[in-house]
Amino acid sequence: MAADGDDLPKMAHPLEIPKLKCGAMEGLAPFIAAPEHQEPLGYPGELVENWKEVALAKMKELAEKNRAFQVYLDACVKCGACTDKCHYFLGTGDPKNMPVARQDLLRSVYRRYFTFAGKYFPSLVGARDLTEEVLDEWYSYYHQCSECRRCSVFCPYGIDTAEITMAAREIMDAVGKGQKYSNEIIGKVKVVGNNLGLNEKALGATLEDLEEEIEEDTGVSVRLPLDEKGADILLVTPSADFFAEPHIDGLIGYAKVFHEAGVSWTISSYASEAANFGLFIGSYENMREIALRIRKAAEDLGVKRIIFGECGHAWRVAYSFLNTLAGPFDFLDPKYPVPQHILEFTWNEIQKGTLKFDKSQNDHIRLTYHDSCNVARASRMGDEPGGQFEIPRNVIKAVCNHYFDMDRETTHESTLCCGGGGGLLTDDLMELRKKGASPRMTALQQVTEDHGVTHMAAICAICKTQFSKVMPAYGYEMDSIVSVHQLVSNAIILTGQDGAEEDETEAAEEA
Amino acid sequence: MISALYAILFWVATVLLVVGLAMKIRKYARTPAPLKIPTTPAPTTRTGVVLRMFREVIFFESLFKSNKWIWLFGWAFHMGMWLVLIRHIRYFQWDVSWWVSLAQPFGTYASFAMLFGLLGLWARRFLVERIRYISNPSDHLMLALLVLIVGSGMMMRFVVHTDIIQVKAFMLGLMRLRIETLPTDPILLVHLGAVAALMIIFPISKLLHAPGVFFSPSRNQVDNPREVRHIAPWAKKLES
Repeated sequence: MAADGDDLPKMAHPLEIPKLKCGAMEGLAPFIAAPEHQEPLGYPGELVENWKEVALAKMKELAEKNRAFQVYLDACVKCGACTDKCHYFLGTGDPKNMPVARQDLLRSVYRRYFTFAGKYFPSLVGARDLTEEVLDEWYSYYHQCSECRRCSVFCPYGIDTAEITMAAREIMDAVGKGQKYSNEIIGKVKVVGNNLGLNEKALGATLEDLEEEIEEDTGVSVRLPLDEKGADILLVTPSADFFAEPHIDGLIGYAKVFHEAGVSWTISSYASEAANFGLFIGSYENMREIALRIRKAAEDLGVKRIIFGECGHAWRVAYSFLNTLAGPFDFLDPKYPVPQHILEFTWNEIQKGTLKFDKSQNDHIRLTYHDSCNVARASRMGDEPGGQFEIPRNVIKAVCNHYFDMDRETTHESTLCCGGGGGLLTDDLMELRKKGASPRMTALQQVTEDHGVTHMAAICAICKTQFSKVMPAYGYEMDSIVSVHQLVSNAIILTGQDGAEEDETEAAEEA
Repeated sequence: MISALYAILFWVATVLLVVGLAMKIRKYARTPAPLKIPTTPAPTTRTGVVLRMFREVIFFESLFKSNKWIWLFGWAFHMGMWLVLIRHIRYFQWDVSWWVSLAQPFGTYASFAMLFGLLGLWARRFLVERIRYISNPSDHLMLALLVLIVGSGMMMRFVVHTDIIQVKAFMLGLMRLRIETLPTDPILLVHLGAVAALMIIFPISKLLHAPGVFFSPSRNQVDNPREVRHIAPWAKKLES
């Protein structure tokens, strides 16, 4: 099933519209959650007998609890503006991957049971009964949406397919047909504190190893504290930063920045996860429960500020939702926004002049930058709208000499998803992931041809994992994807570092 | 007989339109938005949001970014429609306001823009594979109904005139709950019948995009979640 090189679409340009290939991705479905993945989240273990009634009741409930869902079901006029905007459609040609068609899988059922026209003239308005086939179709195609919101940028009413996908997944969870990947991970966070199931001891050992590694490399002792009460800053970062490449190099970068800025900080073993997969399954309750862990950690450790590491959807939940889900944060220092992004912190330090860089350390890299969807279209950095585009680029340009943007139609708010977001970063969806990455990969290939770009930076744990997995299929090395703070880490000159400029060493000796 | 029939039709249509739309708007307004989900970059102030919404409903900003053809046809149709609607106010006023008179010449020719837009949008439903795929019979019927309204209206304006003074008397009568005589030209009857049909289906069809756009959280929310805590009433209950 997995797509090999031959199967991947050859695109002349990143947004080339494919011919419709009906049924191309039909039947593709991720593993279904087992009872032990479902029940800890408050969902039935397997498909309940009266699933149809439960599903319709849930749909009604969501329409009453969420204005977006209600308005988006009603407002679509089928103008077609979104039809060529989804990377999964561009990569697969399956018409059910067009945003409006994906929405219609659910809208058709909504119309049948909840609207006058659908009740009495179903075939006229494309309304249909909820059957087992429809449920299976939902399961397949609502797990071919990465909730990236690219369609919502281009819709004249701002209809966001992500909202429909989240609702559909919540309905499926409610009837006992959940997705294994996301639900298993949410279970782990609730028990252990992070997506990986990395316990306190293992986490502590990992951080110690990193401290040793930094000292070996630089001769400077840089701390990565865990559960340190009274620290000023609580760092909440995706757990992939503790073990995966290139994520871990980003974590080293944060530690060096904190060190040079002279602030005290800590990671919490209780809330050792920035990711919040409650978002992916559209569950306010689960998302809230995970977010509350961060609040509790901040209270227990007595910190003054919360800073998030590089992670796309985590930053959405943090920036846009944390105050809602787990606020108010009046016990923190009101001088700082809650929460802050590590890039806001680093950029601020750069502007203050606290950090010294040797940009030539990144001269082996010709770089481009991938805007992660949730950062680009569902959050902000800094005080101005669009800061989420400027601040990462500012930091990159401060540490890297050779930077080139990709096609403007594939960056900023028009950025293309990596192909693995929204709970799809699982091997059972590898074919979709590879095909869905093709628009972004094509944009990358363009800057490689035009400017000799060798590497792409990202600030999302999912993007980084996805790209390191799929880039080889497009002719790049696994390590062509880098963390932004990895570049910072490469270029930063720590005070007292081995091989730092002569006069500095002399100054240190004299002192 | 026909006059009475049309009078009743319009009264019923008006009630269904007003009540139906009011119920829908009430539903949208009362349904909470539990989370901050503006599509970013988004304005950080209320004024900014008003401007964003203004650009969206007047210029169709997002659609312009998305697809120039759909924008051209859609914008031509909607803006033409506003001018034509303003022009039609003269049939509901004893003394025609100056601004309605001002719109008169634009309003007559705006019908060409409407027709152009509608035919363009309709052609896309046949010619563009992706849009053909997503079109339901109701999408074609909606365009057919609108073309019928515009076509019959243009016929009366430019080809076969009706007794417009009498039509105005009929409409003014309706507003005072009286039934005046309506001319029985077939084109007029088709025009008015189609308009009444459009009014009736408005609150139960995709025409709900008109009120819907103002309630779309991705467009009408202020980007200030760190500064102001946003919480839905049902979510607040989870905290106690």
